[in-house]
Amino acid sequence: MQIYLPIAELSVNIWLVLGLGGLVGLLSGLFGVGGGFLMTPLLIFIGVPPTVAVGTQSVQIVASSVSGMLAHMRRNNVDFLMGGVLTAGGMIGSSLGVYLFNLLKSSGHIDLTISLGYVVFLGVVGGFMLMESLPGALKKRPVAQALAARGPGRHIWMHGLPFKIRFRRSKLYISALLPAGIGFLVGLLVAMMGVGGGFLIVPAMIYLLGMPTQVVIGTSLFQITFVTAITALLQAIVNQSVDVVLAFLLLVIAVVGAQIGARLSGKVKGEQLRVMLAGMVLLVAISLAIGLVLTPKEPFSLSVASTP
Amino acid sequence: MRKLLLTFALLAAFPAHAQEAPHAPEVPLVADLSSHLVAITSRFTGTDVLLFGATDGPGDVAVVVTGPKRDEVVRHKTRVGPIWLNTNDVTLTSVPSYYRVVSSRPVEEFVPQTLLTRHEIGVDNIRMPTTDENIPLNQLAEFRKALVRLKTSEGLYDQGIGAINMMSNRLFRAELHFPSNVPVGTYNVQVYLFREGQVVAAEIVPLNISKIGIGADIYDFAHNLAPLYGLLAVLLAAGAGWAASAVFRRV
Repeated sequence: MQIYLPIAELSVNIWLVLGLGGLVGLLSGLFGVGGGFLMTPLLIFIGVPPTVAVGTQSVQIVASSVSGMLAHMRRNNVDFLMGGVLTAGGMIGSSLGVYLFNLLKSSGHIDLTISLGYVVFLGVVGGFMLMESLPGALKKRPVAQALAARGPGRHIWMHGLPFKIRFRRSKLYISALLPAGIGFLVGLLVAMMGVGGGFLIVPAMIYLLGMPTQVVIGTSLFQITFVTAITALLQAIVNQSVDVVLAFLLLVIAVVGAQIGARLSGKVKGEQLRVMLAGMVLLVAISLAIGLVLTPKEPFSLSVASTP
Repeated sequence: MRKLLLTFALLAAFPAHAQEAPHAPEVPLVADLSSHLVAITSRFTGTDVLLFGATDGPGDVAVVVTGPKRDEVVRHKTRVGPIWLNTNDVTLTSVPSYYRVVSSRPVEEFVPQTLLTRHEIGVDNIRMPTTDENIPLNQLAEFRKALVRLKTSEGLYDQGIGAINMMSNRLFRAELHFPSNVPVGTYNVQVYLFREGQVVAAEIVPLNISKIGIGADIYDFAHNLAPLYGLLAVLLAAGAGWAASAVFRRV
């Protein structure tokens, strides 16, 4: 059965979309990953224009992070001041990202930028996951331990920055520029690649800011919710690239998949599945990379000139 | 009433001619479409529109269907280091978004090149002026060819030979195909009657292709009221997330 996506302007098989959405939802529930980094390239693979894939994905991430954020708010695991500073940086980053996105779109380099971004980024994420999950490869995680050991109490250049603020919930007294800068980078990624950015912001909060792990997830979800919401709004206004039909198809099935995944996560063997996920991520990265390097069958491409 | 007046006017102007042909003044070419509106709904998978007409005797019929014109950017990828990226582009103006020629036999056999060029008959004769003035002509030709090739592979350009059925040298019919990705807008169906390398008669029949239904409404909403559309999309997503957490908390 075909369904017409009004903004992507193409017909897709509804079962294919639901299957992909469900699979990514299942994986995100199983591993606690956001899933945006898998969903966007998969949408591009099935023929959705990259701009629409990125814009639509930000809407879907709003939905999935809201429910997580609410759960953490109920348990008082959100540092609102920290979340606010991160979000402020994120908004500047995402505004710049949407602007750059539009600029690259009209100069014809947006598809390449998105693909290249994903190759780098899935390569790094997949590589790390493979290293972590290959049994015996890294028994004690020396890298993480070394970084964490330096966490609170260290004093380097970043603590000399101005605008120091006391973050009570995180028990930190640091410059506001630091979380704002991290938020900025994440905002840029959200706007240009259609990911939530949890994989970047969570380690940055733990290792760079030295936040207590208890508030990290809740606070990062707070930031992701608001930054993706702003990004989705900007993408809709500037690039008209948010497809609500696609977003809601994915959203409904992903929620169901995530709940099943979360319930399964206690029952299945995690290590082998992690290797499989890492393999899948790397496979997507490699196939995207091949597409960039291989001599194209048709070196010419067409697009409607944007009216000035 | 208008017809009546017209008849009187003609009678006054050509009394002798009117006596010879008492019914109606004979026109060399008439043509019409089975439908003047193609509606694209959410389950649109392409459609055929029937073109039919009559001529006043033997001759060749060529039909040119042109979709709404717009400016298109043609980009050329070249290898830079290990990757392929768009390095050169040309903007071609007033490019028909859809173009199709149907004729009873290859147009080159009965239309001289000057007329093919003048009436833009045939994919190689579409005028697509460029805004870039300093591009070499041979390179421009290459970009034009690429555009035609890409449009053809999308099913939007076509030059169908033998697609017109002539019956007893007077009646003709042709199926005009519009694929699922057909652009919306006002189309022109130009019908030409040729005799001995000359245009004897020509007629233009308009055709409207528009999106209808929920998909079209969503598209219009997203483009005309973008801020409101974005806000609603975000609020709906947030609401869905909240609802999901509320539902699954109880399960």
